[in-house]
Amino acid sequence: MASIISIQNLSKSYQRDSFEIPVLNNLSLEIEEGEFLALMGPSGSGKTTLLNLIAGIDKPSSGKLTVAGTDIAKLNESALAKWRSNNVGFIFQFYNLIPVLTAFENVELPLLLTNLSKAERKKRVELVLSVVGLTDRMYHYPKQLSGGQEQRVAIARAIVTDPTILVADEPTGDLDKNSANEVLTLLDRLNKEFKKTIVMVTHDPASAAKASVKRHLDKGDLV
Amino acid sequence: MKIPIKYSLRNFKKRKLTTGITVVGIALVVFVFAAVLMMAYGIQKTLISTGADDNVIVLRKAAQNEISSVVTGDQQNIISVLPYIAKTADGKPIISNEPVVVINLPKKSGGMSNITARGVSDQVKKLRPNVKLVDGRMFNFGSKELIVGRSIHERFDGADIGEEIRFAGDEWTVVGIFEAGGSGFESEIWGDALQLLSTFNRGSTVSAVTLKLDNPENFEKFKSTFLTDRRLQQLEVKIEKLHFEEQSEMMATFIRILGIFVTIIFSLGATIGAMITMYAAVANRTVEIGTLRALGFRRTSVLVTFLSESLLISIIGAVIGLLLASSLQFFSISTLNFASFSELEFKFALSPEIIISSFIFATVMGLLGGFLPSVRAARLKIVDALRSS
Repeated sequence: MASIISIQNLSKSYQRDSFEIPVLNNLSLEIEEGEFLALMGPSGSGKTTLLNLIAGIDKPSSGKLTVAGTDIAKLNESALAKWRSNNVGFIFQFYNLIPVLTAFENVELPLLLTNLSKAERKKRVELVLSVVGLTDRMYHYPKQLSGGQEQRVAIARAIVTDPTILVADEPTGDLDKNSANEVLTLLDRLNKEFKKTIVMVTHDPASAAKASVKRHLDKGDLV
Repeated sequence: MKIPIKYSLRNFKKRKLTTGITVVGIALVVFVFAAVLMMAYGIQKTLISTGADDNVIVLRKAAQNEISSVVTGDQQNIISVLPYIAKTADGKPIISNEPVVVINLPKKSGGMSNITARGVSDQVKKLRPNVKLVDGRMFNFGSKELIVGRSIHERFDGADIGEEIRFAGDEWTVVGIFEAGGSGFESEIWGDALQLLSTFNRGSTVSAVTLKLDNPENFEKFKSTFLTDRRLQQLEVKIEKLHFEEQSEMMATFIRILGIFVTIIFSLGATIGAMITMYAAVANRTVEIGTLRALGFRRTSVLVTFLSESLLISIIGAVIGLLLASSLQFFSISTLNFASFSELEFKFALSPEIIISSFIFATVMGLLGGFLPSVRAARLKIVDALRSS
């Protein structure tokens, strides 16, 4: 199967005062379309940094990063924002729902960046909320939902634009065991049934067990 | 596409205390700003309405006001036979030769204050038809009787019908109360010009001559005739309305400059208040900003959202401030008229220009207060913003 994400000699370092702190060292990785990849490693190993680079919310210091044929390291700020809205679905550890918007409105947010009509947006939002099993909670605010339900809304928001890849940063890190299982089952379904490419950062071996591929990072190197 | 407006509106609701305090701060500044402009405009409106378009006032050249002007008896006689002056049915020119003096009266609220006493001729009713008796009767010419303006009646002791007002060693009886469409005349007392001249030993020299033109369009012809008469060279003629407009200009400008200066200082406080509110809004919503940016919303969308919130706060403040200020229209206050050195009662007056100026002023406060926090929000790095969770 063809690579949807191609990473070649990718390095990332941060500047702290006069010190340069390397985070990723000359890293190369191919992720195939439809793959469910779990990136594992201890804290500070660089896994979230790698996820951020793949998702186009951070820029590499050097190297080539191609996602679905686009060298995203070369895109400017504005083009990268447009690219993200079309190609990336985000799932965060703390859900990152907008507290003043309902579940429906949170899921609709990424669609506001498309040319879809209001009616088309409604249809799409209702569809993805039914996929995550939250049709009955559509008009609830995040604070009226449980952690597991919030994360399912966040997943609905991530898939509503039918993005090329889904990136998930510790998606079960803030959930109890049952809720975590529900979320992982949902991700597994998205991968298997809807053929979504998923890159997931996790500490948790049980979560990683759902992934089709596991890669370990340590001190900025793939091991 | 922009971040939806309901996002901003619901955040206002969520932070109603800080948003409310900022709105109140801006509303108070707009209130003061509008009140000052309304005061200046009220004075102008009162004084301008004192004059009529078809009346001409004759004053001594370079006289700043009627108090400092003199028109001799000979000059009055020459003026009275000039052409283009309106005449009564029996052929008398509609002219009022008016001595104007400042006298001192006790106020009902305590203390003394200057008021203008004006002597008028018997044609005054035709000259100033907007002056209407609301109580009592017109004074009798040849007697020491007075009619008092409504404002004088309300604010000064001894200004009721039947009471005596004492000045220049004589006692004058109040026989009537008049209104003059809210104009400056309501802050005056009127009596027979000849009696007033006699009381003040002024012979026949009055302060000003006011006359009605047979046609307002004939002013230039009248002026030209007037100026060609060498006996009148020491005098000048003006449309009465223009004269009172000039009288109001100095005072209104003074109030405007002083008021705007004070308001600008107040506005710094309100602007800093708005800035603190918006910085707090950005700080509280850093993760949300990071999330919105990650989803694909651009920096400009974030900038516009926060700037719009600041502008909306200032516009709500402006509406409240203007509503409060508009209630001032129901109040009358008196102040010393710089031009006549006597009390002038006026009402705060609102105009479309004041409304527009107030909105512009509030918008500037909102933009200044919201700009730096909005730029900060827009410049946040996505990874840093998300990490703050």
